[in-house]
Amino acid sequence: MKVVVDFDRCQSNALCMSAAPEVFDVRDDGYLYILIEEPGEELRSKVEEAVRLCPTQAITLES
Amino acid sequence: MSDIVIVGASLAGLRTAEALRDRGFEGSITLVGDEEGVPYDRPPLSKHYLRGEWDDDRIQLRPAEELRNRLRIELLAPKRAAHVDPLRRELRLDDGQTLSFDRLAVATGARARTLPAAAGHRSAHVIRTKSDSSRLRGVLAPGQRVVVVGAGFIGAEVAASAKALGCMVTIVEAAPVPLERQLGALMGAACGALHERNGVALICGATVERFEADAVVLSDGTALSADHVVVGVGAQPNTEWLTTSGLQIADGLMVDAYCRALTTDGLALDHVVGVGDIARFPNGRYRSLDGTGQLSMRIEHWTNAAEMALVAALTLTGDRQAYEPVPYFWSDQYTHKIQFFGRADGFDEVEVVDGNPADGSWLALYRRGERLVAALGVSKVRALIPYRQLLLKNATWDEARQLSHPS
Repeated sequence: MKVVVDFDRCQSNALCMSAAPEVFDVRDDGYLYILIEEPGEELRSKVEEAVRLCPTQAITLES
Repeated sequence: MSDIVIVGASLAGLRTAEALRDRGFEGSITLVGDEEGVPYDRPPLSKHYLRGEWDDDRIQLRPAEELRNRLRIELLAPKRAAHVDPLRRELRLDDGQTLSFDRLAVATGARARTLPAAAGHRSAHVIRTKSDSSRLRGVLAPGQRVVVVGAGFIGAEVAASAKALGCMVTIVEAAPVPLERQLGALMGAACGALHERNGVALICGATVERFEADAVVLSDGTALSADHVVVGVGAQPNTEWLTTSGLQIADGLMVDAYCRALTTDGLALDHVVGVGDIARFPNGRYRSLDGTGQLSMRIEHWTNAAEMALVAALTLTGDRQAYEPVPYFWSDQYTHKIQFFGRADGFDEVEVVDGNPADGSWLALYRRGERLVAALGVSKVRALIPYRQLLLKNATWDEARQLSHPS
């Protein structure tokens, strides 16, 4: 699974970071950083939660 | 005959359909919407879309092709529901067409409350739909005077957007402080102060006496010249079409913890769910104000529509999971990001634990009894997130304090 973020859409609500802190990190500069671009299957449900919660729908998953 | 009919084609309705497909539901899904075109996202209507930075394509929730082919949703739009008989499983539309269904999701949302007198102004607006927003966008121009009635989140965001477009903006709020119901008086006032800080005037405790063609006259006689007026005085649930349905309506469609619609006899229907802005549900995570039961809530925020749809889809496919969210909303105003997790209803204490309202960046926690019940962040995105985790596990105030004041 590959995490793709549309950074033009991202408004740094940081809900992704709450759902999957292993993968998403919103830093003090206000920007989102992807910590793991291709997370393992064990993180799938967390990453799917991040996709669902993102208020700007900036995150997509490619399998 | 459709296996599942979803009435309401905004976020809650669409997400319900998507969750059904994600769960492997193979039956037919019909989505009925009262606006032209494919479902779109509303938060940008007071922000990027209003400022002309994002276009129609950008706020689409799903392109038509994806609705049709991947999600296999039949979209009926623009069509308006007129009546439903839940027991005969029939829905009538206002053009006379009747749809039969096996299961039904009610997601007709809410609409902007209006002030009929505002029609006396030559350029009066509300913001709820794409056409509302593009109509306002079409007339806002630098140097124009805009009066926003209502300092809630929509009013505040419209004010900030109009300011960004070069308008001279005044907000008029009837209550002594803005957002008191959601944030409490102290934090409401602190958020209200962001307007003055960014060059927008905020007049609180002021009611509108009358609207003139080019002015708003307050009850103390103050006349505010206005090229445009935006009324942002809240929303009301779209329940009129349900009054003949036998379903229980009380400021929204009453549902149980599984999103099942309640009948006027108090019966929960397994085959009818309510979801999104229209649904009033008991949230098992919070006590009612009298302390005897669960807090009943109807939430008009994006995240609620997105999350509740999942539970509604579970119920429609025969599973059960109680909907007990930590509610979330955010509001982008000027350069500030306001974020709020939880519910402040009946809170005993609010404490600023990080930053300072005077600097326009702070984090505040709400205590009710021994519990942490809510957390507010203003431009404190990263620092706020750990408190969401605490709220999700119903943490105590002491646990929250250990995080905010590590010894």
